Amino acid sequence: MKKIKPSEITPEHLYLSRRQFITGVGALAASTLFLNACAAPQASPVGEEPADKPTPLDSVLNYNNYYEFTTSKDGIADLSRNLKITPWTVAVGGLVNKPQTFAIEDLLKKFPSEEHIYRLRCVEAWSMVIPWLGFPLANLLKEVAPTSEAKYVRFEALYDPEQMPGQESNLFDWPYVEGLRLDEAMNPLALLSNGLYGKALQPQNGAPLRLVVPWKYGFKNIKAIVKIDLVEEMPVSLWMAASPNEYGFYANVNPDVSHPRWSQSSERRIGEANRRKTLLFNGYADEVAPLYAGMDLKKNF
Amino acid sequence: MDRFRRNWLRFLAHFLSLLPMAKLAWDFSRNQLTANPIQEITLRTGDYSLILLVISLACTPAANLFKTKAVLNLRRPLGLYGFFYACWHLMNFIGLDYRFDFALLWDDVSAKAYIWVGVAALLLLVPAAMTSTRGWMRRLGKNWERLHWLVYPAALLSMLHFLLLVKADIRVPVLYGIIVALLLLLRMKWIKNTFARLRL
Repeated sequence: MKKIKPSEITPEHLYLSRRQFITGVGALAASTLFLNACAAPQASPVGEEPADKPTPLDSVLNYNNYYEFTTSKDGIADLSRNLKITPWTVAVGGLVNKPQTFAIEDLLKKFPSEEHIYRLRCVEAWSMVIPWLGFPLANLLKEVAPTSEAKYVRFEALYDPEQMPGQESNLFDWPYVEGLRLDEAMNPLALLSNGLYGKALQPQNGAPLRLVVPWKYGFKNIKAIVKIDLVEEMPVSLWMAASPNEYGFYANVNPDVSHPRWSQSSERRIGEANRRKTLLFNGYADEVAPLYAGMDLKKNF
Repeated sequence: MDRFRRNWLRFLAHFLSLLPMAKLAWDFSRNQLTANPIQEITLRTGDYSLILLVISLACTPAANLFKTKAVLNLRRPLGLYGFFYACWHLMNFIGLDYRFDFALLWDDVSAKAYIWVGVAALLLLVPAAMTSTRGWMRRLGKNWERLHWLVYPAALLSMLHFLLLVKADIRVPVLYGIIVALLLLLRMKWIKNTFARLRL
């Protein structure tokens, strides 16, 4: 697998290339509508994929899902602007020897952030490349020392309907909950992130602290974390409870395991004109495939 | 001016039907079709198509209800615009999103019910759209109405297509479905007769 280096970030240039892309789309739209269909390029995403480039910051800030605010992807930035993120505490407990509640600034002082550029693959078949700032979740877990009974990590997000209007909706059982198996959580790829593109996280991206597990679908990356518990039983996530036949506990990116509405075999990389083939474990198989050795990934989706 | 006074309702129908396209072009020029513009175009043209089909179907009950024949003239332009946006919707999906890569398209969606429901809805609209001229009305006579009844199943299938795609909040597609079902009920003979008896 190819790691993306921080030096590859060129946000200003990408702003421009996005404009060019948009213009290209316009020309294509015209061609598909009014000209002979065969005139469009027959670019196939099969085979060699183009190199990964960080997705323009503007897109990262204005296109994502955050149902606590709204189901509209481009309405979140506005609605979340005034989310109160100071003071903020993260309570880490459950089956641990040293339960602790951290003020966010203490947590970030104790575990310095570094840049990690990861692909992010949404279950809705679009993807991005994001330069995250964060620290390995494993470091925090080692600090609180899980007991031998601890098998899973359960994450809970902020519940505050006054600030998060989407939580007024009873379509979901709020708050947002996610979970990882302990060995998944200890994998060095799993991050707790407090920033992206070298700056502090914006509320729409999950400020002040969110999970980043790049080999899983985007919804596993719980935002605005207030509570982390080590537990013995597999946690039931918000999406598992809402739609058990669509969303499983593992939610590993897998082009061979179909979702009821998307096959998952290809994806739209935001800002790119052609679709890409989706990669097993989102291209992180070298790092995470051993975690699932011998498991039926179709059953454990 | 006289012409306008006679046809102002039809001018309005054309104007309102073209407005969504203008909005698309405007948002496109201002880079406001989200970070995923191709999908946004698919979603919006689908929406426009549904809305126009529903309004088109509402014309006949509205004419009965308000005892005016004028709105009947709107059925054809509204229905044709609905068909136009549905074609754009499909072409955008196949041409822009999948770049006419039919192998990939087949891999991705051939097993998905919503695709075939959507295709069926569009296919049902094709004969209706093709026979919407006065000439065809004359040629088909009584059968013309039977043929154009296809718009009802097409609209219901479109709602189902939408419903199958929604992630969690099914309120909007269900609302559309209820509206179409109500419009359909209003056209049933015994209901029409009841309304007539009640002098509604």
